[in-house]
Amino acid sequence: MSEPTQTGAQREELVLNMGPHHPSTHGVLRFVVHTDGEIMRKAVPEVGYLHRGLEKLAESQTYAGYMPFTDRINYLEAMFTEQAYAMAVEALLATEIPPRAEFLRVIACELNRIANHHITLGCITMDLGAYTPFVYLLRERESINDLIEALCGNRITHNYLRIGGVAYDVDNIWLGQLESYLDHFEPIINEFEALIVGNEILIKRMQDIAVISRRDAVAWGLTGPNLRASGQDWDVRRDIPYGAYPQFEFDVPVGPLGRGQAGDCYQRFLVRVEEMRQSCRILRQCLAKLPEGDIKAKVPKMIKAPKGESYASVEGARGEMGCYLVSDGGKNPYRVKWRTGSFSAMSIIEHTSPGLMIADLVALVATLDVIAPECDR
Amino acid sequence: MKPAEIQAYLQQKLDKQIEWHEGEKNTGDPWAIVEPDLWVDACQLARHDTELAFDFLRNLTGTDRPDDGKIEVVAHLWSYVRRHAFVLKTTVEREAPKLSSLATIWPAAVWYEREIFDLLGVEFSGHPDLRRIMMPDDWVGHPLRKDYTEQADYRGIPTSRPGYVTAMPEKVDE
Repeated sequence: MSEPTQTGAQREELVLNMGPHHPSTHGVLRFVVHTDGEIMRKAVPEVGYLHRGLEKLAESQTYAGYMPFTDRINYLEAMFTEQAYAMAVEALLATEIPPRAEFLRVIACELNRIANHHITLGCITMDLGAYTPFVYLLRERESINDLIEALCGNRITHNYLRIGGVAYDVDNIWLGQLESYLDHFEPIINEFEALIVGNEILIKRMQDIAVISRRDAVAWGLTGPNLRASGQDWDVRRDIPYGAYPQFEFDVPVGPLGRGQAGDCYQRFLVRVEEMRQSCRILRQCLAKLPEGDIKAKVPKMIKAPKGESYASVEGARGEMGCYLVSDGGKNPYRVKWRTGSFSAMSIIEHTSPGLMIADLVALVATLDVIAPECDR
Repeated sequence: MKPAEIQAYLQQKLDKQIEWHEGEKNTGDPWAIVEPDLWVDACQLARHDTELAFDFLRNLTGTDRPDDGKIEVVAHLWSYVRRHAFVLKTTVEREAPKLSSLATIWPAAVWYEREIFDLLGVEFSGHPDLRRIMMPDDWVGHPLRKDYTEQADYRGIPTSRPGYVTAMPEKVDE
């Protein structure tokens, strides 16, 4: 209904469609935006465009055969989905993983985390109108892709982990390459901070925008960097330790850091920058401590998990990446369910959006780092 | 608290028998099953009791069990305050699956329940926005049911088509 206001302007709710093909919707994703002028009354995410039935597909695959499918859940964090799935199966089989394999998993995951944050931070700046940082970060990510390609032959969908360990060992040449990459990359984080993180225009677009309180973040099930930015001191790697993580020292960045307030867009940005630094720290410790030995435990060729169920979670780049696995004793999983960070992050948008400017919706979506395929699976 | 202690605590607080299950070889996670009419009460208690304080609904999903004629709904709970985990389940009839919504206890349940409604066909009473989430609104059937068969076409578009090789004539005469 339109009603004249004191200034004579008409107030009217307008329903706008944003997406599903939009440069800043991160995959095929649609928002139904209810606006009154530039101010949104609410934005309702419509998902499902990238639903590929990866949970249903598991029911027709063998345990080992499902591993490459897990990569497709999120093309930016394939190592984490692999590890969550491997851990869920290993929990049912009660498999002991050789220490070297656990270290190699950590190396793979932390490299993947840095590569993922390159894309995330690049996309945030690109969505807010700065294209150059994205290209800078893509250049850095190429080197990680090269490293991972040398590790397992694949750049994006890695298929590197196996149930009981990893597929390939590393040699000293590769470890040397990793070390020189870290030598090269650590100063780049400082450069990135000097060039972009302190940029006043960027800060103005993010500081105090779309604040998510700690209470809301917990209630809506936000995890990972989004949760930490809201001030909840929580990291699965440290608090429900798995794999080799108890052997490493690292800090968990928690908002508020620097300018802004806990839970705003800028905090979600800063937490991710700091996480890259911590990942480098973990990688350095991996290089120093990497044990010798086997890279794969003995598991039967045809895996039959005993009846029962397990839930395994890892600290993915977008929060808790959980895999719920049900076995009926057969050679295929009976049911697989993925709990992903993007799904919960997407669900809070409708709650957070009222009162935001339309342009700030882009900042909110970008800093929540929602990835449509991970949400839809 | 350990999961078994949580089960005993819930049982005592609710004053009802709660089934307790473990995996065949005691691997993986143990779980508790409550009756569907106790579902909301048990979750309410799990969320608000100061000893349990499950403030984080990690995961909510379902499994189809056609052999028992049931659909299981399972909640994975975590408490940031107490730092413990628990797996709580309930079962609903497969023919007319109905359950009360947890949306008022954990807002995170809103989307999880939409997903269960979409893929397994469980109806949640008291849900603020119960509609399909992954599949189109006019889709037929619930894909994660074990006896699901995909409809032949959707709005006139076939859902499967013969591959190039099988579409070739078997033999071309000279």
